[in-house]
Amino acid sequence: MSPPFSRGFRRRHEAESVDADRVPPGQYVVTDFPVLSAGPTPHTPLDRWTFTINGAVDEPRTWTWEQFQALPSQTVTKDIHCVTHWTKLGTTWRGVSVDTLLQGIDTSAEYVVEFADGGYTTNVPLEDLLDGKAWVAYEFDGAPLESEHGGPARMLVPHLYFWKSAKWVRGLTLSDEDRPGFWEQNGYHNYGDPWREQRYWND
Amino acid sequence: MAGWESATLRDKRTETARAATLHFAADGWPGHRAGQHVDVRLTAEDGYQAQRSYSIASPPEDDGDVALTVERLDDGEVSPYLVDEMAPGDMCELRGPIGGWFVWDVADGGPLLLVGGGSGVVPLMSMLRHRAALRSDVPARLLLSARSLEDVLYADELRTLDDGDEALDVTLTFTRTAPPDWTGYQRRVDRAMLEDVAFAADDRPRAYVCGPTPFVESVAASLVDLGHDPGLVKTERFGATGS
Repeated sequence: MSPPFSRGFRRRHEAESVDADRVPPGQYVVTDFPVLSAGPTPHTPLDRWTFTINGAVDEPRTWTWEQFQALPSQTVTKDIHCVTHWTKLGTTWRGVSVDTLLQGIDTSAEYVVEFADGGYTTNVPLEDLLDGKAWVAYEFDGAPLESEHGGPARMLVPHLYFWKSAKWVRGLTLSDEDRPGFWEQNGYHNYGDPWREQRYWND
Repeated sequence: MAGWESATLRDKRTETARAATLHFAADGWPGHRAGQHVDVRLTAEDGYQAQRSYSIASPPEDDGDVALTVERLDDGEVSPYLVDEMAPGDMCELRGPIGGWFVWDVADGGPLLLVGGGSGVVPLMSMLRHRAALRSDVPARLLLSARSLEDVLYADELRTLDDGDEALDVTLTFTRTAPPDWTGYQRRVDRAMLEDVAFAADDRPRAYVCGPTPFVESVAASLVDLGHDPGLVKTERFGATGS
């Protein structure tokens, strides 16, 4: 059944000079950078910040901020898609590829929970973080990442809805089972592919 | 409702010069919890579609009525249509309710601390209407920041609720223009104001903060600074940083 027309509604902005095929269904392009988070912004001092990989690994790995900064970094430009319908095109980030962090780690795990200051978690299949698909980012647009956008460091998993990119991330827990994270327990889709509009539980 | 459902605008009420409340009749509406939101989809005659999320203003107790209060963003595409053009009888689609975090139910108990900036009061109003509908005596306080009295959503209803309920306190602060005889707050919400108005951290209130991002950042940080458990401070924001 085709949807009802909303009488008198029309496109108000002429199609902008963006590739329409970069905008997933149900999304609209913003030029500012909206902020969404479920609670107060945490502020962990850099000298107490660590990044940890634990769970189904032989030995957990932990980096201090200083050690993390010394890891090889990449600068990437990506389109990001928030489940609240905004898409921001061509955002530039600098950070460490998850491939780099997992180098030499032998694991049977198929799933990952990203964990963050403030208690936020989100789950992703491990393969979605590998092969140049995910980063731990600490710069946005050439400047240190601001705290309301997830600084000092956040996940960047741009091929999934942006709640899968945990702000204030402090580590990854590898696991043999899939454990739904914060929004995944609160009505949002377990996987979150914007191109298949996997927004909510029933999608 | 799992997917999109057709909805008909039943009634529209002007709230302020920039905001209106739209009452939709939605047959498939499964009910909602106070604080949740809904996705709205508009379809133009040429097939163009646009989707946005809006907070629900009505309480769960209003069966079959889904009310959204929408503020017009002048350069927006959907909000000017909803506020200025859409008329009773017109249709759109709704999907929801959405969100299982920024919600409050009378059974959750209190004290209930609500802090709103501008149209951030909308989901908080759903909570207060829910509380009133169930004649709950959970202690509740609303601190609402607005530019001027003319910008306060639900001003009359808030006054009525406040006057008729010993356990509820509504406090307004005006950031731009106050009425001539105003003796209350005339500044942005800050730590000192929260210390005066909010429950003490030791009372462990459930706090819900909603508004523009800089407002929410500042209020949530002040509450944590005053000793409130960050795990009890739930936030919902709209808009970008610094805009």
